This record gives sequence, structure tokens and C-alpha cells, in this order.
Amino acid sequence: MKKSVVFGALTVAGLAAGAAAAGTLDDVKARGKLNCGVTTGLVGFAAPDANGEWLGFDVGICRAVAAAVLGDPKAVEFVPTTGKTRFTALASGEIDLLARNTTWTFSRDVDLKFTFVGVNYYDGQGFMVPKELGVSSAKELDGATVCIQTGTTTELNLADFFRSNNISYEPVPIETNAEAQQQYLAGACDVYTTDASGLAATRATFEDPSAHVLLPEIISKEPLGPLVRHGDDNWGDVVRWSLNALVTAEELGVTSANIGEMAAGTNNPEINRLLGSEGSLGEMLGLDAGWAKNAIMAGGNYGELFEGNIGESTPIGLARGLNAQWTDGGLIYSPPFR
Amino acid sequence: MSDVSFVRTEMLPQQEPPGSSVGVVGWARANLFDGVTNSVLTIVSLILVYFVLEGLLTWTLQSVWNASSLTECREIMTATWGKTHGHACWAVINDRWLQLLYGFYPPYPAEAGVNFGENTGAWPAYFRPNLSFVLLLIAVAPVLFDKVPRKLLIVTAVYPFLMPWLMWGGSIWSPLMAAAGFGIGFLAYRLLTPVIGGLGGIIAAIALPVIWWLFLTGIVAAGLESVVSISIPEVESRKFGGFMLSILIGVVAIGCSLPIGIVLALGRQSDLMIVKTLCVGFIEFIRGVPLITLLFVASVLLNVFLPPGTQFDIILRVLIMVTLFASAYMAEVVRGGLAALPKGQYEGADSLGLNYWQAQRLIIMPQALKISIPGIVSTFIGVFKDTTLVSIIGLLDPLGLSNAIRADAAWNGIYWELFAFIAFLFFVFCFGMSRYSMYLERKLHKGH
Repeated sequence: MKKSVVFGALTVAGLAAGAAAAGTLDDVKARGKLNCGVTTGLVGFAAPDANGEWLGFDVGICRAVAAAVLGDPKAVEFVPTTGKTRFTALASGEIDLLARNTTWTFSRDVDLKFTFVGVNYYDGQGFMVPKELGVSSAKELDGATVCIQTGTTTELNLADFFRSNNISYEPVPIETNAEAQQQYLAGACDVYTTDASGLAATRATFEDPSAHVLLPEIISKEPLGPLVRHGDDNWGDVVRWSLNALVTAEELGVTSANIGEMAAGTNNPEINRLLGSEGSLGEMLGLDAGWAKNAIMAGGNYGELFEGNIGESTPIGLARGLNAQWTDGGLIYSPPFR
Repeated sequence: MSDVSFVRTEMLPQQEPPGSSVGVVGWARANLFDGVTNSVLTIVSLILVYFVLEGLLTWTLQSVWNASSLTECREIMTATWGKTHGHACWAVINDRWLQLLYGFYPPYPAEAGVNFGENTGAWPAYFRPNLSFVLLLIAVAPVLFDKVPRKLLIVTAVYPFLMPWLMWGGSIWSPLMAAAGFGIGFLAYRLLTPVIGGLGGIIAAIALPVIWWLFLTGIVAAGLESVVSISIPEVESRKFGGFMLSILIGVVAIGCSLPIGIVLALGRQSDLMIVKTLCVGFIEFIRGVPLITLLFVASVLLNVFLPPGTQFDIILRVLIMVTLFASAYMAEVVRGGLAALPKGQYEGADSLGLNYWQAQRLIIMPQALKISIPGIVSTFIGVFKDTTLVSIIGLLDPLGLSNAIRADAAWNGIYWELFAFIAFLFFVFCFGMSRYSMYLERKLHKGH
């Protein structure tokens, strides 16, 4: 059996080599499923529930794209990837789309040959300290012991920050976030530093979250966004505009609750173009007219996704901050649907 | 002669040993309080054991079983014992134990588009993996214990083809046709050897099945399926996970690595130069590379080499890599056993006029394998525990799932309960293997 599967797979491989030249969009439509790379588990962003259903903010992006392309938010095959396997999984075509809180950096975009289609979460590195330490700014952390994950950009950012402020620190290297929580709670370090969203999620698990404070300094830029392979611009457009549709929907006040009546036609031509009752935007993408409507109905608009998974009503309790709409002073901004 | 005697003429009656040297007291004096140093050590150890057990038992037994989140667990702990430290929140296991055991395997696999709904008919939940596991026990029983009826060996022979069908589903014809490949090989050997000689027969016995598997199996199976359709719903590899995945990888690697390892060990001792070089090269290469590297090759590098869009099952890739890894180690363990046999055994076999395979089967291997039992079982246990490494390439084995469960906002921040549960499961299996190997050694011990 096993051998037959191997050889069968190799034979199929040979046949598939010819077919793979077609675009990702056609592949996804032919397959009837979107292969979406997510993390193996990050609070609020992607995690399976007790029934094996994936939930989370990044998962919401996958479902929106699946709904836009295939009309069914459940037509997603979630492929859990680790920090080490995520880029090869995307490059090799195992997944069509990577939505795994991946920071958009120059080298990943240019050297690794990926296309970041946008930013769905603006993160940045922050600090958490016990309240009893009485520290109100990261600049007062002279001589502190700092729990820091090794081999990450956070380590380099930390060194830069302390050097530019001319203060000293003592690093306590740790491997994973889970280990960091234990070390920090056990008092092995005064400060824990990682992405601010991660700090908030970590603090939410403490027995007494109010005994710990996040310092106001954010010392790095971590724009997280979905990415696709270089070279398939048509597919990149589909993912980019699916994300933009969610953002625009929030800006225009289209929610999963009122989308039914709005789709019938409104006085606002941009809403009409977005939801397909006017113009032919879907056709230009190679999708049907209701693509954006399906994407928004999958999990709600950007704001609904945010509030439902990581917002202030959830245990993680992240404020919108930089991730507010541009009209509210944030950075979330979509080009117009025209 | 006077009546005075200086030597007692009759034996004294036997007396009970003093109360201080028998029973519990005697045992304790002899073993625990034998001198000052030992007494002090005993008391210190007892105190230590007490503190460890006190903490551990309280943590394990005074625990919360019913809660929907860590926060709720903590509330219950505070309400019951006034503090949250030192009490386990087993509610996470209660909530997720099915996931930790079976991963995302559907309890009632169904064809796409068929909705069984809540009422799922006659089959119990997780029927297929459970049946596979029970059949596994039945299949290995005649191999492990000689008191079991020999007829069960039929199950053993069928199991390698039945298990993949049960687990992955699909048409019954694929495993049947794969099994037919072995029949073709056997027939080729039997029918062609008289015609084209021994070597030609062996080559044909290898080449024909390979051709069969490569080019014909799929077509024939599909053809038969279209005539007589017998199939069960398919389950994708992505759905596999949890302890089921560990057992699957472990069992396949263990089951395949022993025969492959024996062949490699024999090949390494062979006089045929090409065979020997191939075997040595394979063993040394695989042993020289960490398992995690092989897993990365399986998950990452193969993707780059294979044509884009290839769907080469990730679990299958991992199975192959782990099996190769285990085989290389097994080969060296078996070679150790072979090397330990005195030369006289080989010469004795020769003097009886046995040919190479007869000598191996009747004289060499039974002794060599017996010597190697502890090493073989160690390798088995090591391979089984190494299956947890697959979490690094994104497969959700128990350790990978523990991370995924922690990523649920309800259970974020829970560690020890998950790890304790996983450790317990692994311990049960590894301890079982270890005890079996001791039983086998005792049974095979011939007292010389």
C-alpha cells in the first residue's frame, strides 16, 4: 500500500508538473478549496477549538478569501506551519496563501520572492513589567534583567533600543513564549519583551493581570500581513482586494448584520460597487459579482473580525490603536473601490 | 568416667530469631537503619519523599475537572481551597482529551456533501481508528507471544494492507492491488527461477512488482472500482493528529524498521561488494544525520525538488523518513548481535550443509536477535518518543496540539496538566514495551 502510494504520488507529480503552470486562482477554483497557511497556534490569531474548527484573526482572512473566491467560508484547508516551515510551504505551492502573523520586511518581500498584499495588523515590540516595580517608562529600565526570545528580531531591537538610550540590561535568553511566561512569573526576569499583541495575550492569562503593566514605548515596527508567491499578480490581487474589501466595509459601515439590505442597493455608489450591485469589479478580478459580499459575510468586516478575536471585549483585550481606521486616527486604510 | 561432661549431649531446641531481626522491624533495621549514616540518609529521604508526594498528590487529586476555561478553573480553586497554587486544572484534559488522542480525525467520516448530522447511525465514534488499534493488538499478539493461536498470523499478514485502508479510507481495491504486487513477485520468483536461473528470478521478483506498483496498480484499482465499487469515505492526512498520529508513525516505523534493519545488517556483512557498499553508505549517511534534519527534508526540501503543485502526502513523507532513520539504527543493533556470535556458529551451520538463508534463519538470526533484544527495544522506544519531533514541522502530534490548545484564549497559560497527560500516555506505551522486552529475555534465557 505504502509503496503504491509513493509511486502513485510520483506519477501524479509528473502529470501535475504540466498542469501547475495555470494560475493559483484557477487552481483554487478547480480544487474547490483554499489551502491557507496559519500558525500552529497563537492566541487570538489562529487556534483550533475543541471540535477542530480553526478560529482567529488570521483565520478570518483565510475564510474571507475562500468566501470571495469559492463562495464558501468553510472551503479552507488550514495548513499549520511553524516559523521554520512557513516560507517553504508557500514557495513550494503547498499553500496558496500565508496568513500567519508574518512581519512584512524588505528581505522577505524582495529576497524570498513573496508578495505581501497588505497589512492586517500593525504590531510592535513592547515591554511588560510587574506593577510593583514602579516603572512607567522603558527608559527607566537601566540594569534590568530582560526575558527575550533568542534568534528573533526582538533580540536585535532590544539591543538597539538600550544602546541608543545609553542604558544597560541583562538578557535572560528563553526559547518559547510559553517558557517566557513561566520565567517571568517566577521572577527570573524583571521585564518581558515581545510583540505588544503577544504581551497583551500573555498578560490576559495571568492570575492577576492588573499586577502587570505594559510600558508605553513601542520600539519596533512589525506590520503583519498575508502574503502570496511572487509572480502571480492575479492571485495577489484577489487576496489584496479581499482584505481591502473588509477594511472598506468597516469604513463605509457595512457589517455582517446589515449587508443583506445594503447589497440590494444603496445611495452610496462605492458601497454599491463594493457589494456588486453596480459596476463589474468582481468580473475584473475573475470572480463573481458578490465576491466582496461573501468575503464580508464570512466573518464580518475588519472591525468585526478585530473585535471578535482580539478586541477589547475578548480576554486578549487589544485596543485598536494603530489598527483603527484612518478616519479614527489609525493606519488601516484601503484604496478606493473604483 | 565421671558424669561430668564438657560437651552438651543433646541439641538445644530451635528458637525464634529475636523480634528485632524479623518482620518489618528486622527488614527496616537491615535495609534502612543499618548504621548511623544510613539512618540519617533514610530519614532525609523519607522527608524528601513526603514533601514531593504531598505536593504531587495534592496537585493531582485536589483538582478541578469541570470548567470551561482556565479562569473558571481558578475561580473554582479559590472558592474551594482558597488558593490557586498547588491544584491541577484537569478540566483542559476533560475538554480536549478526544483531540489529544485523535487530532482532527472526524468521529464519523463521511463523503463530501453527505451530512450525517447529530445522529450518526450505528457506528460508534472514532470507529475506524479504534478498530485499527484493536486489530493492531490482535495482529502483533501472535508475533509477541507464542501461546497465541497461530491462525492469528493471518491477521498479521493482512494488517499492513487493512490498516491504511481503515485509516485513510477510499477504495478497497487500492490496498488489494498493492498486496497483489507481493503475489506477483512471489509468482515471478517461483515460475521464472527454473527458466532464467536464480539471479534472474530474484531480479524478476523485484522488478515486476515495482513495475506493477508504478504503472498498473492505480489503473487496475480504478477499473475494478468502477466495476465493483467498495469504498469507505476518505480522510485526509491533515486531519490526523494527536496520540493517534504518534502511534501511527511509531508502529509503522517499528514494524518496518526491524526487517529492513536485519537486511541492512546482513548486507553490511555481505561479501558482495556493491551490496555491502550500498548498505554501509546508507547506514552511515542516515546515522550521521539528526532525525530533525530528515524531517525538514521531508517537509521542506522535498517540496522544492518535486514539481510545484505535487500532492505528496506529508504524513507519508514523515513515515518514510522516520522508518529510514529507525532502520539504520536497527541495522547497527542487529550487527552488534551478529558480531557477538562466535565464529563456530557460522562454521557449524556450514558443516551441516545449510545454505546462506537457511543458516541465517535457523542458526544465526535466532541467536543474534536474542542477544540484541535490549538494543532493539531501546531503539523502538527511542523511535516512538522521537515521533514528537514532528510537531516542529507543523504536524499536530500531542505536543503540537498542546501548543494549539494553549492558543485557545480559554486555555492560554496552562502547561503542566497538558504535559502531564501526554507524558502519562507515552509512559504507558514505553513502559509496556520495556516490560515486554524483559519478559522476552527471561523466556529466551537458556541458562548458558
